[in-house]
Amino acid sequence: MSAPSPQAPLVRIRGLRKSFADHVVLAGIDLDVAPSQVVVVIGPSGSGKSTFLRCCNGLEVPESGRVEICGRMLFSDGQRLPEAELDLLRQEVGMVFQSFNLFPHLSVLANIALGPRKLRGLSRADADSEALVLLNKVGLAEKAHAMPASLSGGQKQRVAIARALAMKPRVMLFDEPTSALDPELVGEVLQVMKLLASEGMTMMVVTHEMDFAREVGDVVVVMDGGVVIESGPPETIFTNPEQDRTRMFLQAVLTRG
Amino acid sequence: MELDFSPVWAGWPQLLRGAWVTVEITSCALLLGCFMGLLIGLGRLKPERRIVYGLCTAYVAVIRGTPLLVQLFILFFGLPQFGILLPAFFCGVMGLGLYSGAYVSEVVRGAIQSVDRGQMEAARSLGMSSGLAMRSVVLPQAVVRMIPPLGNEFIALIKNSALVSLLTIHDVMHEGQKIISVSYRSLEVYLAIAVVYFVLTGVTTLVLRHIERRLRAGGMVQ
Repeated sequence: MSAPSPQAPLVRIRGLRKSFADHVVLAGIDLDVAPSQVVVVIGPSGSGKSTFLRCCNGLEVPESGRVEICGRMLFSDGQRLPEAELDLLRQEVGMVFQSFNLFPHLSVLANIALGPRKLRGLSRADADSEALVLLNKVGLAEKAHAMPASLSGGQKQRVAIARALAMKPRVMLFDEPTSALDPELVGEVLQVMKLLASEGMTMMVVTHEMDFAREVGDVVVVMDGGVVIESGPPETIFTNPEQDRTRMFLQAVLTRG
Repeated sequence: MELDFSPVWAGWPQLLRGAWVTVEITSCALLLGCFMGLLIGLGRLKPERRIVYGLCTAYVAVIRGTPLLVQLFILFFGLPQFGILLPAFFCGVMGLGLYSGAYVSEVVRGAIQSVDRGQMEAARSLGMSSGLAMRSVVLPQAVVRMIPPLGNEFIALIKNSALVSLLTIHDVMHEGQKIISVSYRSLEVYLAIAVVYFVLTGVTTLVLRHIERRLRAGGMVQ
């Protein structure tokens, strides 16, 4: 929604390559994400989208290429940021997973407050009150003391977003945040993500939600076979793509429903 | 042939004293076993840390691959050859604890590995170190899953403790044998000893069941 920023990019990726055994997953990716930009990554499954996103916070280690994020060099041609610095960097890079990964042994409030208490040194009271503010934001204040197992998928994902936000990240990574949800629960999660985008959060979103990509994305990146085959503003990608493969993919997903 | 339990009734205080020694020795061994089990179990999580992994794996292999009785005798009768004279009670606790630790380590490792990978990833992506993520996210979930198999280990430990009577430790087995040596009432006394072990293992089962139920009620398990 926000205009592409002239500021230095918050995420800068060059020549990112990664393979599992002899299967090449990422075959050289370049991408810049400016502050407050929302980059939506789309493409057929198996195109390397998730692996790409997981390289951005070090959950996957690329073989070569550079990942610079929040002003720090996460990977530079096989060199990895030392573990302790990686932990610090991850505080600035929030991640939301397809399968939520809430901590089942902790209440909703404690899920959100755990990171701030352990890592930002907040007292329990301060962490809890911050967590409540975030729960309000995602519309789940009344669930503060519920256990994750009692929530719906959509509610779990909103808590997971609040948990990531509790670390006050500068970039948020969303790895297919609505793919595990029943169709009627997708909207509530996208709503929260739209709110974040409108507040100027820098976001990288891997998704199959084309309406979200069109409506919220500043840049849409189309990946296939481990490379970016095309990227640009959503109007261009959705109405007048350059590549046949993009056209075929969009046709397949847009005629599905 | 008639059963005559009078030596059991007469020797009851002696048997109870022995039962108490059994409780003491198994409790100490249980603590040592849990401590060793956690250490060894954690040590076997990452094969890429070769030395730690290798040492822990060797420990489990040696302890599980040799009889407990032999291990106890090495500690109590073998080490004195090197001038290492350890008190019998200490040898009993060490022997039982180290033995139990090998089995507990497999319980620990299995429970930790059964926690979904996504839990560790979520904790790490918040910025937690792997140690902190293990302590505050993975282990609390793993502990609940450890309880049923740990119950088996604890019960095995209580029963195995009868072997320490051979190290001159005055546990319930040893006391019973003393009663037999003067009364010649083997069946009656061994039945009484069996009852003592049955009560001890039964109480342990109930306590663990209670703990597990409370943890589940607390929402620790999905």
